[in-house]
Amino acid sequence: PSSHGGMGSYSFVIVAGGDNPIYEAEFTPAHKKDAQDSANLNQFVIHAALDVVDEMLWNSSPIYLKVVDKFNDQLISAYVTAGHARFMLLHDVRNEDGIRSFMHDVHELYVKVLLNPFHTPTQRIVSETFDARVRALGKKYLN
Amino acid sequence: VRTAMAAPSKPRQANIVDRPISKGRSEVSQSAFAYLFSEFIQYSQARSTTANELELRLEEAGATIGVRVLELVALRDGKSRRETRMQSMLQYINSTIWKALFGKTADALSKSVENEDEYMISETDPLVNQFISVPPSLPNLNCAAFVAGIVRGILDASGFPARVTAHTDPSEPLRTILLIKFAPEVIAREKALAG
Repeated sequence: PSSHGGMGSYSFVIVAGGDNPIYEAEFTPAHKKDAQDSANLNQFVIHAALDVVDEMLWNSSPIYLKVVDKFNDQLISAYVTAGHARFMLLHDVRNEDGIRSFMHDVHELYVKVLLNPFHTPTQRIVSETFDARVRALGKKYLN
Repeated sequence: VRTAMAAPSKPRQANIVDRPISKGRSEVSQSAFAYLFSEFIQYSQARSTTANELELRLEEAGATIGVRVLELVALRDGKSRRETRMQSMLQYINSTIWKALFGKTADALSKSVENEDEYMISETDPLVNQFISVPPSLPNLNCAAFVAGIVRGILDASGFPARVTAHTDPSEPLRTILLIKFAPEVIAREKALAG
């Protein structure tokens, strides 16, 4: 993977307690869009990395776990909240600080959605405003 | 005939996702809480046939809150680490969570001598029971089952699944004991982590 800067492709998933994805977003610069083909593979790679995270999180207490797994030339970074919501990011460039800031800000948005008594923690997040804010954060920190 | 539906009304507030998370320093009047709690108990009682069923309903309501209070308090405090050990998690609930909910730390946290998977949180005169008098016909009812549910919600969400139940101390009727019984996998993992 290339290091620091360069336009990376990012695939972001929030996984709730029951190992089901509750939110997904892709941040890919226009010139790299072969997104349709890789979308399924991305989900598979992220899902496989979940096993690594689930084991790691008992030996490593920081919320931001940084890079937890690799697949070919892609990296997977993870961030696990107190309630074990896992924020998984598949990326092809290193960007530790940008990713940390991204995860931290999405974390706050996530808690706001969670506080809604009509939202069950294992339910998909359908709020368009949430999606818009996450995409804005992606633009700000990841690309 | 003109109706009030002539034009869509502007939203008065920004979307919840755009509003800042409250700092958590505001308080709710205990009377307001007691009134709401009493209505909820009556609502649950109408739908339960036994005291046990009623307690289960209170626990379920508490569990939905537990998940949220854990995430909210951890975010507000800027907690950058998760609890990975049983006793630290219990301490966190005993102190930080209790302060956020009730303005004080819990009275006592203790470990059972007979069973390695059991812990107790005791509270004399729990806030939620302040205005509740249990009729003699329901001797085993403790409405702090609601708080037991909150604790269970927190433990389940943070990877320490447990059964949590509320009991009235037989020797001290105003004292509630929350009995926490951890799932076997938690005990096994603790042993492995202890090395």
